[in-house]
Amino acid sequence: MGIKEKILTKSLWVFHASVGSCNNCDIEILDCLTPRFDVERLGIQLVGSIRHADVILVTGAMNKKALKRFKKVCGQAPKPCFIVAVGICPCSMHMFKGSYSMQSPLDEIMPVDLYIPGCPPRPEAIIAGLAKLINKVNK
Amino acid sequence: MAERKIVPIGPYHPLQEEPEFFKLIVEGEHVVELEIDIGYNHRGIEKLAEEKHWDQITFLVERICGICSNSHPFAYCLAGEDLLGIEVPERANYIRMIIDELQRLHSHLLWLGLAGHFIGYNTIWMWAWKAREPVLDLFELISGNRQNYAMLKIGGVRRDIKEEAYPVIRKTIKNLYPTLKMFQKAIQDDPVIQTRTRGVGILKKEDGISFGAVGPTARASGIDIDVRRDDRYARYDTLSWSVITRNEGDIHAKLLVRVLEMIESCSIIEQCLDRIPKGEIETEVRDIPQGEGIGRVEAPRGECFHYIRSDGTNRPVRHKIRAPSFVNVATNLVTVPGYTISDAALTLAAVDPCYCCTERSAAFTLTGEKILKGEDLIRLSIEKTEKIKKIYGNDKK
Repeated sequence: MGIKEKILTKSLWVFHASVGSCNNCDIEILDCLTPRFDVERLGIQLVGSIRHADVILVTGAMNKKALKRFKKVCGQAPKPCFIVAVGICPCSMHMFKGSYSMQSPLDEIMPVDLYIPGCPPRPEAIIAGLAKLINKVNK
Repeated sequence: MAERKIVPIGPYHPLQEEPEFFKLIVEGEHVVELEIDIGYNHRGIEKLAEEKHWDQITFLVERICGICSNSHPFAYCLAGEDLLGIEVPERANYIRMIIDELQRLHSHLLWLGLAGHFIGYNTIWMWAWKAREPVLDLFELISGNRQNYAMLKIGGVRRDIKEEAYPVIRKTIKNLYPTLKMFQKAIQDDPVIQTRTRGVGILKKEDGISFGAVGPTARASGIDIDVRRDDRYARYDTLSWSVITRNEGDIHAKLLVRVLEMIESCSIIEQCLDRIPKGEIETEVRDIPQGEGIGRVEAPRGECFHYIRSDGTNRPVRHKIRAPSFVNVATNLVTVPGYTISDAALTLAAVDPCYCCTERSAAFTLTGEKILKGEDLIRLSIEKTEKIKKIYGNDKK
């Protein structure tokens, strides 16, 4: 990994993009920010704009209508940028496989740096996942 | 008159948890019109349900929406039991009510937090979500998962609430009362919350009725409806509780209705724990015969409706879902215009919109591109009429 990625890991700023989820993973991501889990103590912060993001947390199985917008949004992110699939839906489509309005798992659309499976993953799992991402980059 | 400009919100916007697109048409700072474009979350669940086994559908409908992930299976199971014409055991009914009310607590606390966040009071957000954690712990204790509880099945419930869990539930609910009272006081007394929410985004009673608003959105506008009382499912009729209504119709009323409803929910859970009988938790269902059934449930956001039709095989022929947000989101068309852009964010959130619930329809062009605008559908309809006219015209000649 290059020096740029290493600098990023000091304080990860995450952006959360739902591309056809059921809200559960989105809630658990927001839950990470609230007093019990409080990821800001680890330097992880949820940002409002994609232009500030180091990590994009993708939740939900990719919807055909959202795909176009999502690609546009990803194009606006500063590079390097990590893409994390949160929940089983972006990892493998879960039970929405074969639906007419769904595209494909996320890794067939763009390279994914980290998978966090679970329906929904617990906040602890999300935090552990991001810690693994940092370790992976630093190695 | 100021020039008309368009302010786009979404689909990926810091304000929103889910992808949806609002087009605010503004004159100066005042919103004059609103266009809603959804479809970024459509998953084709009704169609998927036709390919799944009756038992698998309970898990599928649970994932319609993560927040009301008990209401959808509940309505589906009621529809199944309506089709079969069976009664579920008494204990199962009480377990269902406990889970449903816990879910209402978690949903309203979640919304309260987000509302606080939209006003700019992140303290309320943090406090409300802190109070929500013990409720999620209860879910974990009862079902093993913080969300998606998988508690229901046609004919009863999947797992029992153990005797040892009763005191834990009682203690958590008892500890929740002071927090809820504090929220109620904060909403009623805080001058900033008062100024931001009073007289903003008013939904008149007539508008509410004509849009078919349901749930807390309707009850805050003085429409006295609640499926728990009006349709009498489970054992709600044997408990003592009241339907909270307010007449103002503004955001303040919606806030207050939800907080007071949470206090009612706490009392319902306590009564359920007092009265829960011992016994079986499910009636055995071997197969689903031909027929059709409906189920209605009061979800945290309003009435949730499921319809199923069976042809005697092991999967439904048709499964229709009507989620509460579907009607409530449309009320934004009258509540947002006339106020400033800064109020729009809060007003849009005040109906507690859930787009995963709402996304029940989609239209495609031949090239595979999706369209969902009303005008497009109307245009297609007009074109079709033109075509038919032509055919008939040719026949006459």
